[in-house]
Amino acid sequence: MARNVSRRSFVKFSGLAAAGMGGASILAGCGGSSSSNGDKTIKIGVLGPYSGDVAQYGLACRYGADLYFEQNPKIGDYTVELNEQDEKGDATEAVNAYNKMVEEGVVGIVGDVTSTPTIAVAQASANDGVPCVTPSATAADVVTFGDNTFRACVTDPFQGKLIADFAAKQGWKTVGSIYNSGDDYSTGVQKAFVEECAAKGVSTPDNLQLGYSAGDVFFKTQLTTIISAGVDAIFSPNYYSDDGKIISQARQQGYTGPVFGVDGWSNIASGGYATASELQNCYYCCSFIANNDDEKVKKFVSDYEAKYNETPTNFCALGYDAAMVLAEGIKVALDGGAKPDDKDFVDKAVAGIAGNKVSGVTGDISFNGTGDPEKSSLIISFDADGKEVVFGSIEA
Amino acid sequence: MEEDMNAEKKPYITTSAARRDRGEHGRKTLSMPVRYAINGVLVLLFLVLGELMIDGGVISRYQSTVIEQVGVYIIMAVSLNIATGYLGQLPLGHAGFMSVGGYSCALFIMKMAPVFGLTSRTISAGGPEVVLLVALGLLFGGACSALAGLVIGIPALRLKGDYLAIITLGFAEIIRVVMLNIDGVLGFELTGGAKGLTGIPGYTNFLNTFVVVAIALFLIHTMMKSRHGRAILAIRDNEIAAEASGVNTTYYKTMAFVVSAFWAGVAGGLYAGCIGVMAPSKFGFMKSIEILVMVVLGGMGSMLGSVLSATVLTILPEALRAFSDYRMVVYAIVLILVMIFRPQGLLGTYDFSLSRVIERVMNHDYPWKKRAAKEVQENA
Repeated sequence: MARNVSRRSFVKFSGLAAAGMGGASILAGCGGSSSSNGDKTIKIGVLGPYSGDVAQYGLACRYGADLYFEQNPKIGDYTVELNEQDEKGDATEAVNAYNKMVEEGVVGIVGDVTSTPTIAVAQASANDGVPCVTPSATAADVVTFGDNTFRACVTDPFQGKLIADFAAKQGWKTVGSIYNSGDDYSTGVQKAFVEECAAKGVSTPDNLQLGYSAGDVFFKTQLTTIISAGVDAIFSPNYYSDDGKIISQARQQGYTGPVFGVDGWSNIASGGYATASELQNCYYCCSFIANNDDEKVKKFVSDYEAKYNETPTNFCALGYDAAMVLAEGIKVALDGGAKPDDKDFVDKAVAGIAGNKVSGVTGDISFNGTGDPEKSSLIISFDADGKEVVFGSIEA
Repeated sequence: MEEDMNAEKKPYITTSAARRDRGEHGRKTLSMPVRYAINGVLVLLFLVLGELMIDGGVISRYQSTVIEQVGVYIIMAVSLNIATGYLGQLPLGHAGFMSVGGYSCALFIMKMAPVFGLTSRTISAGGPEVVLLVALGLLFGGACSALAGLVIGIPALRLKGDYLAIITLGFAEIIRVVMLNIDGVLGFELTGGAKGLTGIPGYTNFLNTFVVVAIALFLIHTMMKSRHGRAILAIRDNEIAAEASGVNTTYYKTMAFVVSAFWAGVAGGLYAGCIGVMAPSKFGFMKSIEILVMVVLGGMGSMLGSVLSATVLTILPEALRAFSDYRMVVYAIVLILVMIFRPQGLLGTYDFSLSRVIERVMNHDYPWKKRAAKEVQENA
């Protein structure tokens, strides 16, 4: 009997609690909608994984986008109303969340964040034409389904091309590469690098493009071959733990020339794999570092730190820029006299994004007929203490 | 929620016991054709009504996409129920069959579309060729999945209980890893590896999903009411006794497992068309558990239970989207509450039969009447 009573009271209690929560949320909902009445509003969706395995990327992008819309609460005469949806890193949820947003009348979406859900959303949105700007999905397919999907980040091959331009600019004549041959990222960048080098007249002899397999820690065999051939520079397009060891082992062999790579190098200085003196004469390209003298970046970093009490990462900056790309594109459409309620407003917004050029915190972003940005990039080098500093920037 | 009402009406064939009852007690009964007709009309009504509501914009695209997913998970749960509820085994690899069916159906449709002179746009628009192509694709997906079920089932079903659970879990992981790495072995792009199979045309819609749901429920129900179904139930209740009575247990266990895999494959094919992207990581261990939870929650051995819980558990996370931060908590609480108060599942092994209800009404044989009569008897 006592058991029955306890069950009953348990049910009663949980029922009360549920009713209370429901009531509170309804009140909160009403409060939210009544305050926005009367104003002219425009709805913008923010989509990404805010829980689950890849939540750190989703949250970083969302914080960046939130910061942008907090600083710019209006597009033209319209107040921005954010509609943020969590998709938990799952393609099914992403499509559902996307459909829900469209139903609720968003005119543009910042997202999605990771590749597979972004592809699902890109396919679903191709028919509606709602502009989607992904901060961070690098898979090549993402922008191929319709002209309404854009990305704020650059793809892996594009980085290979950029850094080849940098090598040509530095006047390096012969370059040897050491790359992880079992990794999409490394092989993709390396292939694009070799192609662009051929176009720019930098020599990349086949016998000096050496691969290693994932998990290797000893690179001296490959390095000996490359260094003894008398190259001007060594290209290492890998992740920073491997790159650090490669730099360190190259220096141990007495090589003092330049070693360079792409954005997998981020955090190499703090990783502890190579010392400050070993990192001298090393370069990599990356769209964002917090330690930058540029006024825009400085302001972004300080605003971000003030709001969230942490240093922004690359993803935060890309989220901020994706929001900027979308908002500026919509502004072009609004300035052209379109109304958010118009049937063809989304098409005009897409055209606005495609034809616009914005200068974000990760560089100048413009789209040249595709959803892939033509984007400038920073070249990072290291000061005497091994801290990352901006060496220069390179135009697309 | 209409879809479960419809599905409730699906189990409609009873054994010849009803006829015998009529002879002995003078009960009024419905004849078989009438039962088929009633249920057929109700299914048709549901499909037409649903389609009209979607065309008329009463059901938005968001809602209809969720309803399609409900259909997919109904097939998944009901098919797993064959192996779990009716056969009494505990396979944990249902997501593996779903992915085999999904990949093969999607690849079949993508490769065959040019043969039929269709592009991904015209597939979404519909037409007789599309119906044929999608039907063939779903059958192909189901067949591939059934084949995988056969290969896995023959060695796995020698084991029981936890061991079977572990081996099926292992096979589902093998399927996932094969999907992930097969491109490198073949040397050309088939499944797309880790980045997934993209550009699948959106061939799934409300109508074809629920036509397939109706067919699946009908066929599974009739199978379970047939000789084969009774053999499967006998194995569940006591395998040794069944074998002693002359039931070929190996054959029937494998058959139940293959049928279960077939429908999981068909559901996977519908899922691929609904989402447009297939990635191996989506078909891991958790997906299998998710489907098992639907079956256990609804009641093992109850088709209506599987349908109801698949519907509720698919809609629940979406309905709670407004509370996005709390929805996983609520979802968990619902599961815990059900397991505390209904450990046998919401419906146990109860199954709904519309014909039975109609017959009861015809005979004025209501449950409360019986109880009242009993009380009168006791008082006297």
